[in-house]
This record gives sequence, C-alpha cells and structure tokens, in this order.
Amino acid sequence: MRITEFFDRGEFVITAEVGPPKGTNIDGLIEEAKEYLSDISAVNVTDNQSSVMRMGSLPVCIALKQAGLNPILQMTCRDRNRMALQSDLLGAAYFGIDNVLSLTGDHTTLGDHPTAKPVFDLDSVSLLYNMVQLENGKDIAGNDLVGEAPKFAKGAVVSPCSDSVDAQIAKMERKIMAGCEFFQTQAVYDSEKFASFMKKIRGMGITTPVQLGIVIPKNAGMCKYMNANVAGISIPDEMIQELAADKEKAKSGETGLAIAARIIRECRPYVQGLHIMAMGWESKVPQLLEMAGLK
Amino acid sequence: MLITRLKDKEVIESLITTKAFVVNCHGCKEVSFPEEEANELQKELMAAGKLTGIITTDYVCNPDNMKLRLERYAKEIEEADTVLVFSCGIGVQTIAEYMPEKKVCAACDTYPLPGYQGVTPLEHDCDQCGECYLNITGGICPITACSKSLINGQCGGAKEGKCEVDHNMECGWERIYRRLAQVGRLDVLKCPVQVRNFATYKDLSNE
Repeated sequence: MRITEFFDRGEFVITAEVGPPKGTNIDGLIEEAKEYLSDISAVNVTDNQSSVMRMGSLPVCIALKQAGLNPILQMTCRDRNRMALQSDLLGAAYFGIDNVLSLTGDHTTLGDHPTAKPVFDLDSVSLLYNMVQLENGKDIAGNDLVGEAPKFAKGAVVSPCSDSVDAQIAKMERKIMAGCEFFQTQAVYDSEKFASFMKKIRGMGITTPVQLGIVIPKNAGMCKYMNANVAGISIPDEMIQELAADKEKAKSGETGLAIAARIIRECRPYVQGLHIMAMGWESKVPQLLEMAGLK
Repeated sequence: MLITRLKDKEVIESLITTKAFVVNCHGCKEVSFPEEEANELQKELMAAGKLTGIITTDYVCNPDNMKLRLERYAKEIEEADTVLVFSCGIGVQTIAEYMPEKKVCAACDTYPLPGYQGVTPLEHDCDQCGECYLNITGGICPITACSKSLINGQCGGAKEGKCEVDHNMECGWERIYRRLAQVGRLDVLKCPVQVRNFATYKDLSNE
C-alpha cells in the first residue's frame, strides 16, 4: 500500500529499514521483520547500502510483501543505468511494490567493490522524474508503455543537520519539483538544529511530509565513528558521554533507546512520521516506539 | 582534437538578460571552432543592440594573457550583465573564476575528437561531454568538479565541505551553490530536471 495514503489520512507514519544479507538466505530477516516490524506502516529495504554488495532490494521487497508486510523499495543510481532502473521499476510494479525511495547512492570507492564502475547515469532527482514519466505511460526516452501504467509513492531523503544545509534544501526543492511526495531524513541527534530546519522549510512553503530519521546509538565508539565519517551527522559530546557512562546500560540498549526516544519526543511536533534505521537492532523497535509514546 | 558547437540560437539569446559582452577563443589549434556561425550570430546580436563589445583572442584559458586583454575592455564588461564565452569548457571556467561577480555563460558545447587534446591549465577540466552544464552551475563544471558528475545538485555525502570520495577535494556542488549565491543566480537551481545526454559528436553527425 502506498504510504502517501497514510500521510493523506493525517496518520503519523512509522517506517523502519532492513538490510539484505550478503548471501542467499533471508529467512531470518523475514522472520524478524514479521515479529518486530509488522505493526508499522512500511519497511524500507536498503539497496547495496554503503556500497557493500548484498542481495538486491527488489527480491527482499517481494518476499516481505508475500509475508504480509508493506515494503519500500530503496533504489540508488550507483549500480544501474536508466534502462536497468526502469525495468526494475516495472518489475516492482508487477509484484505490487508501490513505495520507492530514490537515492543517488554512496560512491563505489566507499564500499567493498572499490574498483567497480560507478554508474550515476541518473541521480535521485532524475529517478523521481523518471517514475513520474512511467506513471504517465512513457519511459524516460518518451516511448509508450504497454498496458496499465504503474503508480508509486515516491520518496527521497534529505540531510537536515548537514553542514551545507542550504545546498541540501535547494536539492530538496528539486526533488519536489521532480515529483517527490515524502522525505525520510538522515539520522538526527540535534533536535534544536532539526527543529530550525523544519521551521525553515515550512516557512519557505515546502509542505511535503517529512519523516524524522533515527539511528539508535549503540555505544560511544559508534557515535565517534559516525561523527568522523558519516556526512550530515553530528552527535553532541554530552550524548557520547551519556553512552560511555555506563557500559552495561549501553550494551543492553537502555541508554541508546532512551536517547532515541528523547529525540523523537522533541522532534515529533515538527514531523509527519518517523523512520528508524535500527542497524541490527530491529528487535528493539517495538520498545523504542513504546518509550517514545508512539504505541 | 576537440570540437565546439554553438548552442541553439534561442538558448544563447535566453542567457542574455539585457546586454552581453562576448569573448571568442580562437584557441589552441586543437580546437575546431565554428568561426563563421559564431560571427554571424554575434553580428545579429550586435545589430539588435544586445552586445556591449566583442573580443577575439587565443588561449583564454591562460589567465595572465586573458586578464591583460580583458582589462582593456573593463567598461564594456561593466556595462554587460552577462559575459558570453565562445570556447571549450575550460575557457568558460577560467573566465568565470576570473569574474566571480559576473554571470559568465557558455555559448558552445564541447565534444572530443581523436588526437592531441592541447595544453590547458590544471585548475580546470573539461570532459568534452557534449551538452555543457556550465550555464546552470555558475561556470563551475559539475561533471569534473563532482565525483559523481551530478547535474541536479549536491548528494548527501559532503562532510565539512569535502567530497565523500576524496577528503582533500572540496564538494563541487558546495562551490557551485556558493558561486550562484554570490552572483545572485540561485534561481537557476529551479531549472527543469536535467538528464544527461551521452550522445557523441559522431551520433549527432549521423542524425
């Protein structure tokens, strides 16, 4: 089911993401998703996340759909040219996958196949535009599609705490112009910065629904790593100290969940939904929602 | 060798707000430049009162040489809102950097041909990709200045202004955004969605 319908009904839309394995067995992934993620609106499936080769997003989306969940197909432009992207979109539509998140994708040199050819034939903006064309019964070269045209809920990402936030907003506007209907954000740790971002875009007249992005902080080391290496993320020192203060509480997830729940509560008035990137802690999602007052 | 091809007349005209100053580069001998077509178009624009002056020089990508020549036209350049450069992509980028306050536009698209590519400064690079994007990026090339050659804006990978691929390289789209803000042209980021055209000069000649 298209998640735009939930936004249209004014629901607070909660999604979480799962990452396909580097292998052929997804039984565990499906079971975990069924157990912990079946109550939420939809489940994102990442696409060779961080440029590390894994099973594709589409087959995992199909398996989740068959298991009764509502998948969001993440599509990056790093690995496929416009022909391959479009044929996968048509295939997704056939299997009833109707939520797509458009991403440019990390560069190949950052992952585990650094000598591969980076494609970037399209980008996050032109892929959204391409989806609109498919919905209008045409491919991106202007040729007619045969039969019923697909219809997608078209999403994209934005990095609200980026140090180049103005350039990010300019890109966000281009995504909306291209057809974007909802946004999921990069992980937020600074509620104040996030609130001012939301006020700024709403003040500019941007009305597209935004889902707050949350990565549950697991420990101080993970935070320091993200601060040094992940774009658009800056975790305040006090938060890192909070995690470092009691190693047992951090390990059990107690501290991380408390921090994440606090950020969600602080940011909730500004957003239309929540997107949780649990990174292996999918089993803690129900508890997080409870602590954040969302369950 | 490389070959430059004039953009469509309507496109070139649309780049001029009221008046333009023209710089023609008769280049290095490695560039095949459409001299007659350019002359004809410029005559027309001049007759219509749309040009403040024309300078024809060689090696505009040599900044010292170019500076000396352009200094003599300071008044004509001042009077123009746009500087239209008829050259390969490197010439346009060199002039855009020399005049960071001015709207500098490319009037040509550049395509590669086999053979020697000429000597150009290392600061700027032209991939000779055909359809030239310098007019929507304030004269900074998104193909060579961005690791992903993105033409619709910044990806989410820049950290502290540096590219995710090379931490010693400034994010090309941050430079573009800054330049556009400086020349008051952020509105060009509202241009239609761009999809790259990978047609080669040979493909175009066979049309």
